[in-house]
Formats: sequence, C-alpha cells, structure tokens
Amino acid sequence: MTRATCEVLVVGGGPAGIAAASRAAELGARTLLVDEGLALGGQIWRASHVGHRAGAARRWVGRLARSGAAVRSSTSVIDIDSARDRFRVVGDAQGDVISIDTATIVLATGARELFLPFPGWTLPNVFGVGGGQALMKSGMPVRGKRVVVAGTGPLVLAVAASFASHGARVQAMAEQAPRARVARFAARLWRTPLRAGQAMALRARIATTRYLTGTWVTRAQGSSRVESVTLTDGRSSRAIECDILCTAFGLLPNVELPRLAGCAVGAGSVLVDDRQATSVDGIYCAGEPTGIGGVELSLVEGEIAGTTAAGASASPRLLAARARLRRDAEVLTSTFAPRPELLHLANDDTIACRCEDVRLGELDRAWTFRQAKLYTRIGMGPCQGRICASALECLWGWPREGPRPPIQPARVAALLAAADENPVT
Amino acid sequence: MKATVEISVNGRPVRVDHGSTVAAALLAAGETAFRISESGEARAPLCGMGTCYECRVTIDGVEQRRACLVSVRPGMRVVAGPERR
Repeated sequence: MTRATCEVLVVGGGPAGIAAASRAAELGARTLLVDEGLALGGQIWRASHVGHRAGAARRWVGRLARSGAAVRSSTSVIDIDSARDRFRVVGDAQGDVISIDTATIVLATGARELFLPFPGWTLPNVFGVGGGQALMKSGMPVRGKRVVVAGTGPLVLAVAASFASHGARVQAMAEQAPRARVARFAARLWRTPLRAGQAMALRARIATTRYLTGTWVTRAQGSSRVESVTLTDGRSSRAIECDILCTAFGLLPNVELPRLAGCAVGAGSVLVDDRQATSVDGIYCAGEPTGIGGVELSLVEGEIAGTTAAGASASPRLLAARARLRRDAEVLTSTFAPRPELLHLANDDTIACRCEDVRLGELDRAWTFRQAKLYTRIGMGPCQGRICASALECLWGWPREGPRPPIQPARVAALLAAADENPVT
Repeated sequence: MKATVEISVNGRPVRVDHGSTVAAALLAAGETAFRISESGEARAPLCGMGTCYECRVTIDGVEQRRACLVSVRPGMRVVAGPERR
C-alpha cells in the first residue's frame, strides 16, 4: 500500500489531463496525475512503441514534465470517497494499492469507442478503429495484411493512413455517414485553419474508390479469425476479404468514474459549468467526458479545469476558445451521427455481452437492464457493461445503471488494503 | 536496429520489439485465442485500450491481466487461450 497526498489529483493522462495537471502545477498546486495507460498521451497521443512524439503531444508532455506535477502511469482508479472536505481515491497500480488524499479532483477519463453488435463482431482480428490503431502502435505487425476500416468520422481516414504507412494493404475505408453530409463537413472544415489538414485529407479521399461514404458493416465472416467483411450502402452488399477488420460506431464519453463520484450526467456527458466544475464540490471534469470534442477542445477544457482546481480564474482567451471549439464539435457530432440501420445489424444469435456470452435473443426488450442482469448475467463480467450496456442503450434505449465500486475489477488484496484504510464503522 | 525481447507464449519462445504490449506480442506470434469465452469461442482484443477485457491472459502466473495494458519484459511467461485454465 502506497499513500500520497496532493491538492489537485488529475485522473487521466490524455490531452485534457496533461493540460489540467500542467496548469495546476504551474500555479503552485501540489499536483498528481494518475493514468491507466503505460505512458502518457491517452489514446489520441499514444506514442508508437518505437517512435517519438511530435507536435502538440511533444510540447505538452514536455510542459507537464517541467510543471512539477507528479505522474503515476499504469494506475487504475477503482474508488472515490469523500471524507470531510477532502477526497480519498483508491488506485490499483498493477497489484500495488495506492491511496490518495486530495482536496480537489480533475476527472479527465477520456472516451472509448462505441461498439454495436453485428454478426461476426466477436471474431479474432475484429478490432475497433481506434483499437486497431492502438494495437498497431503497441507493436502489432501489419505489414502485408489486408485491412478494412469501417467506422465514422475523421478517425477512419487517419487510421487507414496509419495502417498503410505501416505496410498494410487497405482494402476499403467505409464511412457510415451519407456522402452529402461528409462533403458539406469537409467544405466547412476548410474554413477552420486548425483542421485544414483533416479537411484536405477528406476532400482528397472523397473521390477515391476506396473511401466509401454512406457504407457500413453488416457482418464479418471467418472460422478461427475474420476472413471477410460484408459492407453495404443500403442498396447492394459486397464481401471483401481481409485479415484485419477495424470497425466502430463513434465515440462514447467515459462517465463511469464521474458517476461513481456522484457527478451529474446528462445525455451521456458529465455536466459542467463555465469553470469545468461538476455538480460535486471540488470535482472538475475536462475533455471527452463532458462531450466528444476532440483534442483541441480537450486541451482548452483541461487548462480551464486545472486553473480553477488550483484556485485561479481561467483567462477570457481560453473561455472564448472553448466556446468556438464546442460549436465545431457539435457539427462533427451531427455529421457523423450513427445511422438508424446500425441499430438493426444484430440478430437473435448475435452475442450482445461478450464477457458472459449473452445473445441478443435471450433478452426481452421490455426488461430493464437490471432485470436482464438478474436473468442472464449480461453486464456482470469484467468490463462491467462498458461494451454491452452502452450498446443496449443505443439499441433499445435501456438506461445504463449507476456504477458501483470497484469501478474496475481489482484483486482481493487491493480491496482488503483499501478497506483497511477506510474501515466501515 | 530495433531492440527485441524474448517472452514465452504457451511455452513457445516469441521474439518481439522492445516496448510492445503483451497483446501486440501475442498478435505478432499469430495467436488468435487470447481467451476462451463462456460458450467456448476464441476471443482476442477488441478495444485495444483496456475497456473490453477481451485480451485477458495469464502473465507470470497472475490470471486475468489485460494484455493491452502490460509491456513485455524479457523472460515473461504468458499463457493464453485453451492453455489457460
């Protein structure tokens, strides 16, 4: 058991967390950042296992290092308790338990991919879009592999380009959003200098035969691993042979930890005020958990949250940048909203809960998620419903249940050590 | 030249780039069954970032570790798929 004390605890080491911790430490607050990943950067700034960081990622990681904030990687937060005016946060650091006493918390828990079940989605070598990218950056070899990327948003192109640059043969890039909407988005993006690169990529790709707009996955086939994927544009379907399928249906804020801490959530995102303060005194939230907005918005929100958590006021420049970036984010969200067809890909035999192997046909739409859990064990495996409950919220409108500690599966020794620290009286 | 690390996967030696995760190492070794699911299906990573728990394997005797969140170390023993109890 390790103990730590700080004034500002930042949970999450992506852009929002890095910006928050940097600002708080620069303002003189004793700051600790904990992150579940192996290295700082979160998903968007994940460093290649052999490469070096560049651009904004390099600048911010350097700034954090100079700020004086302490960093602990490979640490999963499993519980948050409040005691008097302070918080006690328990983390599981790959077996070692850390108990952190802090005055304020900035939650920068990022986002995950939304996965909707379709026949064949449990086959090996079917990855998320960001998931495929993450595995490649962690050392998965892809040279010569036939890859199909099917998803939504600018990530599809970025990930396909990344696979191609590592020697993979990209067979198709499928964007579920309709062509007209993507074209409109590309035209608008052109006017925002920050995203000119993305716009250029989109506009260049829109005319190519391998970037298929208005096209989505309907099933994957294979025996011991994926061998082909069927794509459709709603009129005709075709099967494409592949060794790797990267597919996802958008991004989803990680709100489990904020909800555990009691923060109010609306429409799937943590509710924050102008200072990035949540409904819980002393807890701030920044980046994707407050609504999907991308790296620039995450940085700005992180700076604001870190500033206010350290007791200062954010500059008008930051507040103006946040307002502008939030407007951009709304356009992004509406352009790439999942089409209704995606809610009907699964059949009765399709697995809904991958942890417990519960098939969609075993569930009754009239149930609540709680009833479904009791009858079928859905959502009771180690992912704690992060995949299946999120999918069923989209498919059937089942509200997700409030999380309970430990928020990640933890070893009994960790739970015992944590309980010793805070005995039930 | 890239530094490499040797680990064992189900008793078989596998050499991978230094800095790889265990998940990437297993994929590099052609392993498609990280774990066997409740109904007997072979499963491998989905999310690549610690959310889905599909990449659970036994690492140096410790069960249920997320292979995507652990870096390879020389001599590491990984047990995956049907070999796992």
